[in-house]
Amino acid sequence: MDQILTNALGELLTPMTAAYALAAIGLAMHFGFTGLLNFGQAAYMLVGAYAFAMSTLAGLGLIPAILISFAASIVLSFILGIPTLRLRSDYLAIVTIAAAEIMRFIVSTTGLNDVTGGPQGLSGFARDFYAINPFPAGEYGFWAWTMDEKGLWVRVVAWSLVIIAALFVAKMIRSPWGRVIKGIREDEDAVRSLGKNVYSYKMQSLIIGGMLGTLAGIVFVLPRAVQPGNFGTGLTFFIWTILLLGGAATVLGPIIGSMIFWVLLSLTDGLLSAGVDSGVITFITQNQIGGIRFMLVGLGLMLLVIFRPQGIFGNKKELYFNG
Amino acid sequence: MANEIAKGKAEPGCAKVDPILVADNVVRQFGGLTAVDVKHVEIPRGQITALIGPNGAGKTTFFNLLTGFDKPNSGNWVFNGKELAGVPSFKVARLGMVRTFQLTKALSLLTVMENMRLGYQNQKGENPLAAMFRSVWKKQEQVITETANELLVRFKLDAKKDDFAASLSGGQRKLLEMARALMTKPTMIMLDEPMAGVNPALTQSLLDHIKDLKKEGMTVLFVEHDMHMVRHISDWVIVMAEGKIVAEGPPKEVMKNPAVIDAYLGAHHDSDLGSKKKAGK
Ligand SMILES: Nc1ncnc2c1ncn2[C@@H]1O[C@H](COP(=O)(O)OP(=O)(O)O)[C@@H](O)[C@H]1O
Ligand SMILES: [Mg+2]
Repeated sequence: MDQILTNALGELLTPMTAAYALAAIGLAMHFGFTGLLNFGQAAYMLVGAYAFAMSTLAGLGLIPAILISFAASIVLSFILGIPTLRLRSDYLAIVTIAAAEIMRFIVSTTGLNDVTGGPQGLSGFARDFYAINPFPAGEYGFWAWTMDEKGLWVRVVAWSLVIIAALFVAKMIRSPWGRVIKGIREDEDAVRSLGKNVYSYKMQSLIIGGMLGTLAGIVFVLPRAVQPGNFGTGLTFFIWTILLLGGAATVLGPIIGSMIFWVLLSLTDGLLSAGVDSGVITFITQNQIGGIRFMLVGLGLMLLVIFRPQGIFGNKKELYFNG
Repeated sequence: MANEIAKGKAEPGCAKVDPILVADNVVRQFGGLTAVDVKHVEIPRGQITALIGPNGAGKTTFFNLLTGFDKPNSGNWVFNGKELAGVPSFKVARLGMVRTFQLTKALSLLTVMENMRLGYQNQKGENPLAAMFRSVWKKQEQVITETANELLVRFKLDAKKDDFAASLSGGQRKLLEMARALMTKPTMIMLDEPMAGVNPALTQSLLDHIKDLKKEGMTVLFVEHDMHMVRHISDWVIVMAEGKIVAEGPPKEVMKNPAVIDAYLGAHHDSDLGSKKKAGK
């Protein structure tokens, strides 16, 4: 029982939780503040993961690798945005979901084994990152949060990025730029009638939120290998779940949403597993638990949208789903 | 009056002494329906012009075309010396031709004040690179806020400034939209049914505001069904029916024009041009 709880609470600070929070902050920029329906946040994460891994494996330093990832992310935004951002919002949704899948298929083709690692993916690209680890070898943390020096280093970097990203988005949103962005979410034509180039602002938002997704992709793969299977539509929809859980039009929401999401997932997993082991739960087997906990997540999301549509941190007045 | 505004006789498409907007052969078809078919029209500068006509006459569509919110099948128009056909809507607004919408577009989840601020032009903080640095736009934001406060007082919305626009009544939203359009400091403001749904207690002050705009040198073009308002504040009236301009002239004379009575009565037998009732609703 203690183990279940510590496992779940350990999720609070994992690099994975941080990566999902970052990606969800990017999606908050897209959907929560601008009203852009991006169903391909996984594509931005994929770009970050692959561009970063391929660059460092090619011998480039960390900073050039990050800059290349951002450049690739901006290119992706232009590819996705130029044909769709002048059209109705659903066009972006279709194009992003398709693009994300296409990109996943491309990087996992065996023909590209030498470049992307094909179905195996890439590993060994984070050596430079761990080489500059300032923490000496040892055990750190306490109780549910114990880790080695590598785990500490990646957590410090990941959560610093989350905090910087959140502060950045909060500042942008409270600026006149953010006012235009939120105006576009409410009514594009009204904003046009006031002399604002809506298309350009939507592109800017797509680029900024996309770059946060790309950064999330880098953070996501730092403690593990790059595997194409990780960047499926499931990833995008977990990020959506996190965003709606925390509140789409908030900055804190995606962070807390990601924490709650991963803690709950671990908790349900642990509890179901213990229940089956001890014979309390008899109607499912161990290997069904993985699927069932996601069904519970789906159910939870439905209840959330019905009873608290603005998310946990959303403003009640700023109800999001009625428009 | 006709002589001050029109060059010659007041008739459909007549030349004006000092036009700010000149449109030629503007046609818009929806499938088989010709919604707008304007051969020639000139809007006088610095005057208040009413665009009237029964429902479905094509007034809103004509507004949409002139302001770049819709594309005509053919036609060209010149505003303040600039050719506007094909110019996107946001650029039309930047050139000083700003419109409001018949179906009000208040930005519901922005506060009244934020709605107002959005209207201001050339904001430094709207640049994404400058947005991060408050010191760059802080001063201008104060000027914007002052301008907004003055307008909100004029439109009796100052008590509501921190409320979400969603909480306003229909009439208040109309007022907010008009005040927000004025934040852009337009040369010409185009109001699509500004009085619809506005509390009668407010209409008189709204009429005064519109007259004030003229005093400030603005050109006003408005669509309205309320004949009382048309007669009360407009210097010139243009009548549309079935997409075409069927009459023009000073308000008193236009109301007597058989073509106008015909246009209204032809479409709506129960409407009374002289009453305050909305014709054709
Ligand atoms: N988007 C559209 N698609 C099809 N028909 C339209 C559209 N917009 C307007 N119309 C038609 O064009 C005509 C003119 O409409 P409108 O400009 O709204 O008239 P008004 O503002 O004078 O009442 C009407 O017959 C209307 O049904
Ligand atoms: Mg209309």
